[in-house]
Amino acid sequence: MTGNRVGEVIEASTAGFTAQCYELYQSPPLGSLVKTADQPMELYGVVYNATTASIDPGRRPIARGGEAQSEDEIYRQSPQLLQLLRSEFSVLVVGHRQDVNIYHYLPPKPARVHSFVYSCPPDEVKEFSQSLGFLNMLVNTGLPVPRDELIAACLRQISHTHEDRHQFLVTAGKKLATLLGNQFNQLNAILERISDQ
Amino acid sequence: MTSNEPRLGIVVAGSLTKGVEVKLDGAASVEEMAVGRYVTIEGQNRRFFGMVTDISLGVTDPSLTLTPPDVADPFIAEVLAGTSTYGSLHVLPLLTIGGDATSLLEGPQPVKTVPSHFSTVKLASEQDMALVFGKEDEGRFHIGNPLDMETKLCLNLEEFVKRSNGIFGKSGTGKTFLTRILLIGMLQKSKAVNLIFDMHNEYGWEGSSEEHTYKVKGLKQWGQSKVAIFTLDKENSDTRRVPTDFTVQIGYDEITPEDISILRPTLNLTELAVEAAYQMRRRFGKSWLRRTLQLGEEEVADILKEANIHESSFQSLKRGLGIIERLGFVVPQAPEDTVKHILNHLDRGVSVVLEFGRYRETSAYLLVANMLSRRIYTLYQDRAEKARANNTPLPQPLVVTIEEAHKFLNHEVADKTVFGTIAREMRKYNVSLLVIDQRPSGIDDEVMSQLGTKITCLLDNERDIDSVLAGVSGKSELKSVLARLAPKQQALIFGHAVPMPVAFQPREYGSAESYKSLAGSESALSQQIEKDIEELWP
Repeated sequence: MTGNRVGEVIEASTAGFTAQCYELYQSPPLGSLVKTADQPMELYGVVYNATTASIDPGRRPIARGGEAQSEDEIYRQSPQLLQLLRSEFSVLVVGHRQDVNIYHYLPPKPARVHSFVYSCPPDEVKEFSQSLGFLNMLVNTGLPVPRDELIAACLRQISHTHEDRHQFLVTAGKKLATLLGNQFNQLNAILERISDQ
Repeated sequence: MTSNEPRLGIVVAGSLTKGVEVKLDGAASVEEMAVGRYVTIEGQNRRFFGMVTDISLGVTDPSLTLTPPDVADPFIAEVLAGTSTYGSLHVLPLLTIGGDATSLLEGPQPVKTVPSHFSTVKLASEQDMALVFGKEDEGRFHIGNPLDMETKLCLNLEEFVKRSNGIFGKSGTGKTFLTRILLIGMLQKSKAVNLIFDMHNEYGWEGSSEEHTYKVKGLKQWGQSKVAIFTLDKENSDTRRVPTDFTVQIGYDEITPEDISILRPTLNLTELAVEAAYQMRRRFGKSWLRRTLQLGEEEVADILKEANIHESSFQSLKRGLGIIERLGFVVPQAPEDTVKHILNHLDRGVSVVLEFGRYRETSAYLLVANMLSRRIYTLYQDRAEKARANNTPLPQPLVVTIEEAHKFLNHEVADKTVFGTIAREMRKYNVSLLVIDQRPSGIDDEVMSQLGTKITCLLDNERDIDSVLAGVSGKSELKSVLARLAPKQQALIFGHAVPMPVAFQPREYGSAESYKSLAGSESALSQQIEKDIEELWP
C-alpha cells in the first residue's frame, strides 16, 4: 500500500475509527484524507480530531517546566514522558475502494483493530475527490468538533492536490450550497474559511 | 435534434396556461437574459419552443436576503451564483415539435402540454428559428430579426394578406417605417394589390427617416410600373417633386349622407343634423349636397316645415357641409371618375397610393378614404359574387391601408363605415385591411378580434395593450414583453401569419445597403443602387 504509515487502528466502528500514532504528536493534519485496508477493501476517512493524553486515564500529566529553560528541555530531562503519553486521531469514514472503484459511501464492515493507517498521497486524494459525494457525509454527521471547521479544513487540504485549485473550491462550494440549502449562515462560514483570498 | 447553444438551466415547475419556471444555471447570467428571447426546451420525446416572458431572482434560504453575504469576495459570489442565489426565467411554451419522422415533416405545432420536470433549456439557435419562421423565398418576406438574433424573421405574405391585419404603436415608435417595409414586401412578394390612403404623404414617392434627417424611398421608387401615385393636392405634390399619376377630385354628388354620418363626431354634428342630411337626399336625390348649400332662406323655411326638420339641426348640417365644401378637392362636378381610375389601376395589378397633400385634417381623410373604399369594395363584392357564380377565378386580392384607424373603426361608427364591413367579412370578397393606429383601444372589439395578424410597437397605455392582446393565449406574459419593447424599432408580431408571437427588430431601411438587400441582386433597381453607391463613395 502506498503512502506514509501514520498510525494503527485501536478502535473502530462503522462510521469511523480511532488510530494511535507511532510517535507522539505525529497525527495527520485536521481534514486530511487517510486510509486503512481491510482486504479486499480500502477504507478512506477524514481526520476530524486528534488528542494527546496520558496512556493511563487515571493519571493526568502534571506541569513540569517550572525550572526548565525551554519546552524541549522538559522532554530531555524526563524521557519517560514520551512513553507515558500517546497521540491519537479520530477518523470519519467517508468512502471506500473495492477493486478499482471508489465509492463515496460507508463500507459494509468497519476497519479492523490494528490495521495500519496511511496518509493518502496527492494523486490518490485527487482521484478520491474527483466526485464530491463524500461532502454529504461530512455535512450530515454529528461530531465533537465544529462541522464548518472540519469541512473547510478538508476542502483546503484536498484543494492543494488539484491543478485548478480555484475551480475545485468553486465546485465544492456549489455542492455545499446545495447540501446546505436552507442553512445559509453555516454555508457562509465554510465559504469564508475556504476562500482563496 | 439537439442544438449546440449553451445550456441555460432546467425546468422546475409550471403549467400550460401560466408557462414554465426555469431555474438558471450558475453559468448563465441573469443579466444576459431578455424578455422576448426565444428558448428551446428539450423534453424527453419532443422539443418545445418558448418565449421568455419574465425574469426573476430567487434564494434558497430567506436569511440570505436578511444578512447578505460578503459579495466583495469574488469566490463567495461565484459559489452562490446559481446555487443559493439563482435567476429564474418564466417561459411561455408556444410551439412543439415531436421527435418522430411524421412530426418532423409536419413542422412545429402549437403546444398542448408542457415539458417534463428538469428538461434542459437552451437559447434557441439560428437553425431553430429558421425551422419555425422559414427561409426567405418567393412567398416569404424578411421583415426583421428576432431580438438579439441574426436569424431572419420571414413572414408568409400570401397568408398575411388573406386576412385583415393591424399595425399598432405609440406615435414615433416606427409604425410608418414598419408599414413601409411591409408594403414593399407585399409589392414584391404577394399577389395582392394595395390601395393606400397616405395621410402624411409617407409611402408614395419618398418619406422622411425617423429623425427627419434624410429621405427614404417610397413605394413608387421600388416598382415604377407597379405603383401609381394619386393625389388630392396636386400643388403640394408638385412642390415635393412627386411624380403623380392622377389628381383626385370629388364631386358633390359623390358624397352621401352615410359619409356625413361617419363624419358626425369630427364635424361636431348632432344626430338630428345627420338625420336632416338623409331627408335632404330623399328630397333632392343625388344632388342633395349642392342643393342644400344653395338653398335660399325662403326655400329653407318651406322645406324644414315640410320635412319636419328643426332649424338648428339644419344649420348644424349646413355648417358641417360648409367645412366639406371648403376642402379644395371637393368640386361641384368631378371631371373624371376617381373610382374608375383607381379600379383600372388595381385591375392591372398596379397598387395605388393616395396622397393627401396638405389635407391632413381628419375630416378630409375620413371622407375620402371611406367614400372611395366603399365604392371600390362594392364593385369587388359584385365581381367576387359573379366569379363564384360562374366558377371563374376571384378578383386579385386587394389590401386597403388606412391610418388613424380608430377614427373609422371606433365603437360608434364601425358598423357604418365600409372598413368595419371589410374587417368583419374578411376575405370573402378578397378585400382585406391593413390598419395602422396608435390608439387600438379606440377600435371596436369586434373588428380587433377579426384582425389576423397584429404587429405592435411599444404601447404603454393599459387599455391599448389590453385591446391589442385581447384573445391571445398567454396574454399576461406577452403583455410584459410588449411593455418592455424599446421605444423605437422593436415590435411584437403575433397572429395568423406567424407560428408564434415574436418580438423583433424590423429590418433596416433607408441606407444604400438596405436598399440593396431589399432589391435582391438581379433587379435593375439594385444595379442602379450599385451605381449610386459608387458615385457617392468612389
